[in-house]
Amino acid sequence: MKQFDYVRPATVTEAVAAAAQPGAVYLAAGTNLLDLMKGGVSRPDRLVDVTHLGGLDQIETLADGSLRIGALVSNADLAHDADFAKSYPAVAEALLSGASAQLRNAATVGGNLLQRTRCAYFYDTASRCNKREAGTGCDAREGENRTHSVLGWSESCIATHPSDFCVPLVALDAVIEIEGKHGRREIALDELHRLPGNTPERDAALEPGDLIVAVRLPPSARGFAAHARYLKVRERTSYAFAVVSAASALRIENGKIAEARLALGGVAAKPWRARAAEDVLRGVAPTADAFQEAAWRALTDAKPSGDNAFKIELARRIVVRALTLAAAGTPARIPALPASPFASTSGAIHA
Amino acid sequence: MNHSISLTVNGARRDFVLDDPRVTLLDLLRERLHLTGTKKGCDRGQCGACTILVDGKRINSCLALAISHDGADILTIEGVARGDQLHPVQAAFIAHDGFQCGFCTPGQIMSAIGMMREAQAGNDPERIRECMSGNLCRCGAYAGIVDAVLEAQAGTDEANQRRSA
Repeated sequence: MKQFDYVRPATVTEAVAAAAQPGAVYLAAGTNLLDLMKGGVSRPDRLVDVTHLGGLDQIETLADGSLRIGALVSNADLAHDADFAKSYPAVAEALLSGASAQLRNAATVGGNLLQRTRCAYFYDTASRCNKREAGTGCDAREGENRTHSVLGWSESCIATHPSDFCVPLVALDAVIEIEGKHGRREIALDELHRLPGNTPERDAALEPGDLIVAVRLPPSARGFAAHARYLKVRERTSYAFAVVSAASALRIENGKIAEARLALGGVAAKPWRARAAEDVLRGVAPTADAFQEAAWRALTDAKPSGDNAFKIELARRIVVRALTLAAAGTPARIPALPASPFASTSGAIHA
Repeated sequence: MNHSISLTVNGARRDFVLDDPRVTLLDLLRERLHLTGTKKGCDRGQCGACTILVDGKRINSCLALAISHDGADILTIEGVARGDQLHPVQAAFIAHDGFQCGFCTPGQIMSAIGMMREAQAGNDPERIRECMSGNLCRCGAYAGIVDAVLEAQAGTDEANQRRSA
């Protein structure tokens, strides 16, 4: 691991100033960053440790009914917060389907959003990778790429964003609060992660020094609690990244879908909100035909980036099944195998 | 630049001067305190052999910088027995052959202790397997590990019932 300077700022303002310097990065739990540093993938000159900053580890309900989650809340504490899991069950299920219990205990909300791709060529410093080193090329393009992107990719980069947490969050219109050199601002989570285009080295729409201080769920996000699921197909049932995942949330009134939310994971460089699919579900009965139509709409623009055409059909089936599970109703307790298609839970059917 | 930190390790306060900020909790425990029960398997957060409790919660010590954990309360495998009396999870691992080569065992035991404190799995074998998925056992002693955790959990449930009765 390359040598680095370590600084521990006392305030958010000090942190932003320290991290705005070239070569500086924030350190939260470090569960992704340290792994990248040990492999020589990330080589920062300075770590700005934000774990001791006060006031960033709270979960609070705001006056307007929004929920504000501090960036330093751990993935486990959020998922196991009983009120949170009851109000936003798909988010809790997504969190519990990710990583291992040890990693979830350490990993933070802000860190989860900013974790890097798990593309093997990004991790292998002997390979060419435009995300790791701009302009060097992409060895994934002609390499082992069965798990890579089928939406929003470019010739420069076909990597996916690995977060489960972000998938239901983006479906529920989450907003992130950012402290930067010019003060505080907020953006939709959907605008945080960038598609690669010609600049895959930039994962996120953040400037040097920008610190995510909170994630906010708007009041409307609670309205889906009765019909919300996260479904994730992976190479093994636990402790693996998504090959394809989907978060689905429905508001059902008088037997009709009043509002639908749908986002896909493992298919693009960002959590993929499927608004066209949501549109066709509005005002119709929650039937298999409607869900099939939504699945076709969600994947209209998909195309293989290599040996991964199967992911398009898989994604359609995951969408149908996630919507079917959501329509059947949120289970009283998160299943023993969170988000698994192999879970023996009520309502699990094959699409 | 040197950095001073203090930790509570298995109940005793320890002060350290770190001349390099790259030291992980795992390396600090093994190389500075010679507490080699905590194992370095993959050193990348994938195998769970380095699992310890920090402030009561199980984490991978290989992915935790010591310098960032100033003031933390740490429990390792060396601190779970009371003298010659094994921790109930240790005793259950022996009773149920929850290991073969033993390399992953300290991490498995610390993870099981952390999991029981989290109280999410109860006595459901499927939930125990899921909640222990961060600990790999290449000998494949998983069946014995799950049985050991079930027995330790049953003992805890019984003790709680006695206390509340």
